[in-house]
Amino acid sequence: MLFTIAQFIKAAIIQGIPLLFGSTGEIITEKSGNLNLGIPGIMYVGGISGIIGGYLYEHGNENPVPILCILISLACSLFGSALMSLIYAFLTQTLKANQNVTGLALTTFGIGLGNFFGGSLLKFFNESGSISLINTGLAYKKTLPFAAKLGLFGDTFLSFGFLAYLAVIIAIIASLFLNRTRTGLNLRAIGENPATADAAGINITRYKYISTLVGGMIAGLGGLYFVMDYTAGAWTNNGFGDRGWLAIAIVIFALWKPKSAIWSSFIFGGLYIICVYIPGLSSAAKEIIKMLPYLVTILVLIFISAKKKKEHQPPASLGLSYFREDR
Amino acid sequence: MSTPAIELKNITKTFGSITANKNVCLTVNSGEILSLLGENGSGKTTLMNMISGIYFPDAGQIFIDGKEAVIRSPKDAFDYKIGMIHQHFKLVDIFTAAENVVLGLKEDGKYNIKEVEKKVAEISSRYGFEISPSKKIYEMSVSEKQTVEIIKVLYRGANILILDEPTAVLTPQETQKLFAVLRKMKEDGKAIVIITHKLHEVLDISDRVSVLRKGEYIGTLNTAETNEAELTEMMVGKKISLDINRSEPENCVDRLKVESLNCIDSDGVKVLSDISFTARGGEILGVAGIAGSGQKELLEAIAGLQKYDSGSIIYSDPKSGKDVNLKNKSPYQIKELGVRLSFVPEDRLGMGLVGNMDITDNMMLRSYRKGRGAFLKRNAPRELAKTIVKDLEVVTPSINTPIRRLSGGNVQKVLVGREISLSPSVLMTAYAVRGLDINSSYLIYNLLNSQKEKGVAVIFVGEDLDVLIDLCDKIMVLSSGAVTGIVDAKTTTKEELGRLMTKNSKGGADSEQ
Repeated sequence: MLFTIAQFIKAAIIQGIPLLFGSTGEIITEKSGNLNLGIPGIMYVGGISGIIGGYLYEHGNENPVPILCILISLACSLFGSALMSLIYAFLTQTLKANQNVTGLALTTFGIGLGNFFGGSLLKFFNESGSISLINTGLAYKKTLPFAAKLGLFGDTFLSFGFLAYLAVIIAIIASLFLNRTRTGLNLRAIGENPATADAAGINITRYKYISTLVGGMIAGLGGLYFVMDYTAGAWTNNGFGDRGWLAIAIVIFALWKPKSAIWSSFIFGGLYIICVYIPGLSSAAKEIIKMLPYLVTILVLIFISAKKKKEHQPPASLGLSYFREDR
Repeated sequence: MSTPAIELKNITKTFGSITANKNVCLTVNSGEILSLLGENGSGKTTLMNMISGIYFPDAGQIFIDGKEAVIRSPKDAFDYKIGMIHQHFKLVDIFTAAENVVLGLKEDGKYNIKEVEKKVAEISSRYGFEISPSKKIYEMSVSEKQTVEIIKVLYRGANILILDEPTAVLTPQETQKLFAVLRKMKEDGKAIVIITHKLHEVLDISDRVSVLRKGEYIGTLNTAETNEAELTEMMVGKKISLDINRSEPENCVDRLKVESLNCIDSDGVKVLSDISFTARGGEILGVAGIAGSGQKELLEAIAGLQKYDSGSIIYSDPKSGKDVNLKNKSPYQIKELGVRLSFVPEDRLGMGLVGNMDITDNMMLRSYRKGRGAFLKRNAPRELAKTIVKDLEVVTPSINTPIRRLSGGNVQKVLVGREISLSPSVLMTAYAVRGLDINSSYLIYNLLNSQKEKGVAVIFVGEDLDVLIDLCDKIMVLSSGAVTGIVDAKTTTKEELGRLMTKNSKGGADSEQ
């Protein structure tokens, strides 16, 4: 029994890591007032870009060096998600396009792009079969050397690849950045009241661009973790599923606080797979249980709008374009 | 005499065809409080916005401490140690006072909110503010928010402070506290400009007073050597005759009776205080007052858009002669009761019309419930749109053009045309000619007059006193949400209206808060 619970906790954490990357990235983006619904697409592109980079390196080398496997795929992943975020920032900030429409279009585009390359990457090199980056996957999955010696505890809490720890560290840094630095204060002010921030001499466009870019890159790492660590370097089309939307739901569940996003992600990760650990469920029941995270999000939304506590509300100007002439 | 802190020479600023400031000259010295006095639209705020970097003058020079200054942004203004406290506060609600103060500043050293809080407390004790630096803005009263704005400016080291109507939102006690603080700052050698239209405050606080009227500089007086009568005359100027055809009211009947209406807005500020009046069919009732004296709330209360706390609004039906109480009815319920009420709101494209829809569709906003069946009947509204375009000389490519593409005057004509087409028995207009050229304005005046001749009770909220005097039959003056007088338009003078508009209503909103 204890062993099953430990297994479940470990699985919940593994499921939660991509969600944590996604929600931390989205929180940083949303704090600037940009509601980036393109995050699911960006996470897809973060994944496939890493796959492409890793494949190009592994494909050309007899003996790939693990550290290079990681660096190349990581750089490609960051580049891919940065490019996607840049499209979003350019459309919404420079061209003042509607944020919701832009975000949804970007998600559709990102998923399509991922599936296109996922389906045809091997064909470009006249290979058949499915993408499987064994060396890169192994490099990402490398765990702390002493984890195995710590028995059940080590196996449950310490047997993860480096990206998992990075996710938690990034979330903590994001929290410190938002609450303890001048730049974080300025960023939050933009999301709350851009006219005030503008009058205080803060460069709104620059802040919004940078936060969208950084947020997107962090979210993209969630896609990378999924394809490299979770599936160990194997790509299947639509394999990432609806995890991107879960990440956005976590932003609400965590009340826009990166620290809360950590445990929220693990809870959502747990809810996502709990059906596997309940014996004797029909497939219909499994699907219903998979809806739990969304149900919980709706309950949180009801709760925060009923409580009307100012600190629990989304950034006041979330989703709105700012025109200086309007002030 | 030493060099003035600010000297303006021949400042001119135009917005399109409207001249907001014309050759304005002004000086402010360190260690003095200057009042900038003028009516609505006299260009006070525009002038100060040019010093604080929001607008850039079309012509003229600004000198700060004797040196010519180019101020292109609020940041430039900070650099010249100029700080402006706007009427609408620029604060982030969920931040604390200290966080708002430090927002956007590029100070050296580590960001430490505790240090900022200490400095804010220092400034507070120096000038006698009462504020807790760690209090969140949304928990603050209006007066506390204003204090945060002033501290924000002082924290940035401002030597020149401009306050735009700082007392408009304050209670008399709070006003006295603010004045005490301002006097301390003056002793500290700061130059202070306070924009106001309240004469007693001018006399109370300032050393000198400069008057603007319709964008032009009228003069500067030493406060000690002047009085309310002289200032009022400078402010409103001589009467200009407008030649509006005003017919004698005939067969007037009481149509709308408003009795002791009281209204408190969401901020807890009393916006309407014991308002009572009667609008009569066949008469134009003018409503005069400084902007924000309760005009908007009054009209919206009648139209069923603003909840009020006590009082009654009784409509007497011209057909049946029965009285209908409109208290807390929605606009739709009011219509269902057979009350023919037309409302031309101040915010034309926000409340009156839908900018992205064409003229025909906008006509249907008032009639879409008519007819049976699943589909809308568009013929009648289309005919109406055509009639309005023709009769009111609306300049538009076609009746299928989205309203937002028309000029302000034409938008207004469409709105007034629609509201009149409903053959109302009460017609309320708010700033009906704002932004319109002379010809369009006269068209609107004539329309209102013909409505009046048909026996409609017209309520005309206006800002130009000349128009109010020449167009209306009676003028009700509002000040701080209370009625300070209802006068006969034929016998009143601009001076009398000016005095009533600036009167500190006894027992009114100011003293009850």
